[in-house]
Amino acid sequence: MSFDERGGAPVSRPSSTTEGREPASRDLPSSGRPSEGRRASLFSWASSYGFSTAGTAVGAQHARRFSANALLLGAVIPVGLLIVWLIASEATSIPDYLLPSPGQVIGAGVELANQGLLATYILISVQRVLTGFAIGAVVGLALGAIVGLSDVGSKMLSPILGAIRAVPSLAWVPLLTIYLGIYEVPKITLIAIGAAFPVFTTVAGALRHVDPQLVEAGRAFGLGRLPLLTTVQLPAVVPAVVSGLRLALAQAWLFLVAAELIASSMGLGFLLVDSQNNGRTDRLFLAILLLGILGKATDALVGVGERALLKRWG
Amino acid sequence: MTSTAPAAAPTARAAATPALPVALNGVGRAFPGAAGQPERLVLRDVELKIAPGEIVALLGPSGCGKSTLLRQISGLDRPTSGTLTIDGTRVAPADQRTAVAFQEPRLLPWRSVARNIELGLPRGTDRAAGRARVAELLELVQLSHAAQLKPRQISGGMAQRVSLARALARNPGVLLLDEPFGALDALTRLTMQDLLVDIHRVEPTTIVLVTHDVDEALALADRVVLLGTRFDRPGATISRILEVPGARPRDRASTVLARLRAQLLDALGVPSHHDR
Ligand SMILES: Nc1ncnc2c1ncn2[C@@H]1O[C@H](COP(=O)(O)OP(=O)(O)O)[C@@H](O)[C@H]1O
Ligand SMILES: [Mg+2]
Repeated sequence: MSFDERGGAPVSRPSSTTEGREPASRDLPSSGRPSEGRRASLFSWASSYGFSTAGTAVGAQHARRFSANALLLGAVIPVGLLIVWLIASEATSIPDYLLPSPGQVIGAGVELANQGLLATYILISVQRVLTGFAIGAVVGLALGAIVGLSDVGSKMLSPILGAIRAVPSLAWVPLLTIYLGIYEVPKITLIAIGAAFPVFTTVAGALRHVDPQLVEAGRAFGLGRLPLLTTVQLPAVVPAVVSGLRLALAQAWLFLVAAELIASSMGLGFLLVDSQNNGRTDRLFLAILLLGILGKATDALVGVGERALLKRWG
Repeated sequence: MTSTAPAAAPTARAAATPALPVALNGVGRAFPGAAGQPERLVLRDVELKIAPGEIVALLGPSGCGKSTLLRQISGLDRPTSGTLTIDGTRVAPADQRTAVAFQEPRLLPWRSVARNIELGLPRGTDRAAGRARVAELLELVQLSHAAQLKPRQISGGMAQRVSLARALARNPGVLLLDEPFGALDALTRLTMQDLLVDIHRVEPTTIVLVTHDVDEALALADRVVLLGTRFDRPGATISRILEVPGARPRDRASTVLARLRAQLLDALGVPSHHDR
């Protein structure tokens, strides 16, 4: 599904609300399953790294207890915060326009969902982040490979890329808006710029520091430039690429909000400005919570890919 | 049936590559000094002719330039003076007629032991033949049980055997071994030396073996080439060449070898405590 703002104000579509709820209702009956799958994969990861010297059954049990522990410990502070928030908003005289209660924030979400805006905003923001991230990652990988592998490439590109990276992200926004219009292109471009640099930096650095002894061994066994790249150099930098991608994703969310704050009529960043202008603190809280949840969710997705990659190449 | 190959012989054999002769003519290597320092001469005037199928041991103290000399023969490094030829033609960069087992195992950490050995197969080996050859080599270096392990899961000695198997996979005309048994315990080292003797009998390729172990040199080599530096000149060169008599495998305790050991230790500046 593709969204953009050329259609003007977002249209409330009945289908978008059902779409927003359907995955949740599909998840409910099997709510115990995903965490079990996660435990299993955590365990297989741990054992493939030789952490578990005990038998499979003992190891699995241990891993399950470990992951349950981790979940419990990880939940302590969020639950504590929620309780503090509840008490502060309900049992004190802090006015609602400064601190809405959790119930009011949920109410704001339901209200937006009924207008068909919630799903629209979420989907367009996610779509922008993922598109910008994908483009930025590819560009970053390509530039990183050139700078990391070629001396001439490094000498030519490093200074200019360093200068571009030094420009604060928001400085691009007015220029991009004028050159590229207020549509999707400037936002995606901005996000791509933000996502490209962490990938570029980590990949270029890692390629330059691939163990020269391994590269020489590859050369000794007859690997030419390209086979050397695919057999030795790229696999050696997989861990660096993965951590670069994770950084890039975080950057992509950062640049998304920057883009939507300044030039947008849809999306979670727009929800932030719009709510600020209308004094809707409840919606501000909602937008911040959603950004946190979505950021964490996309990061977890990359994490799953990371584990698969590191298992193969790490 | 005389046409069937004897199955019992150790089989490190694929398409047999002929053993190749090597010639070093006045080889020298100087490294540029650090900023402001003069260049440093490591090797000078190395003259050596190695016959096809011969085993030559390069012996010398640590840091005297043994690895550097081996790198000249492999074409991974170029001499600053003199020339090297293999089979009459100049050594090419990373010369594919040679195969090296480096002083460090240098295995790709993300590949299994078997897949690391695969890297040594000559380009264009077909898959089935390659797999069979790798299995054969794994057996030869006694690592069949470790085929699927990753380098970080095996010991240093096992890693060095993988590195040796990878070099053998090439069927090289000249096999270059840089202290291949250095990380092995004393017992495994003797086993591996015997293994190398077996391999060479089956596949008599030219071998240049760097070692600082006098006994290893005497057990394996046709000739021991001593590298050393004269007190009045920079740069190591050949200070002595010893022919080692006797067919391999040799009696390690023989009196002939004992006398040669004493000579070599003397030349290396170590008192041999040997009664003459
Ligand atoms: N790439 C290099 N650059 C500068 N000096 C080097 C280089 N390679 C080796 N050397 C120097 O050459 C000398 C001989 O090294 P090497 O051949 O490794 O000794 P060996 O193998 O006999 O222990 C050492 O002093 C070392 O510092
Ligand atoms: Mg050395």
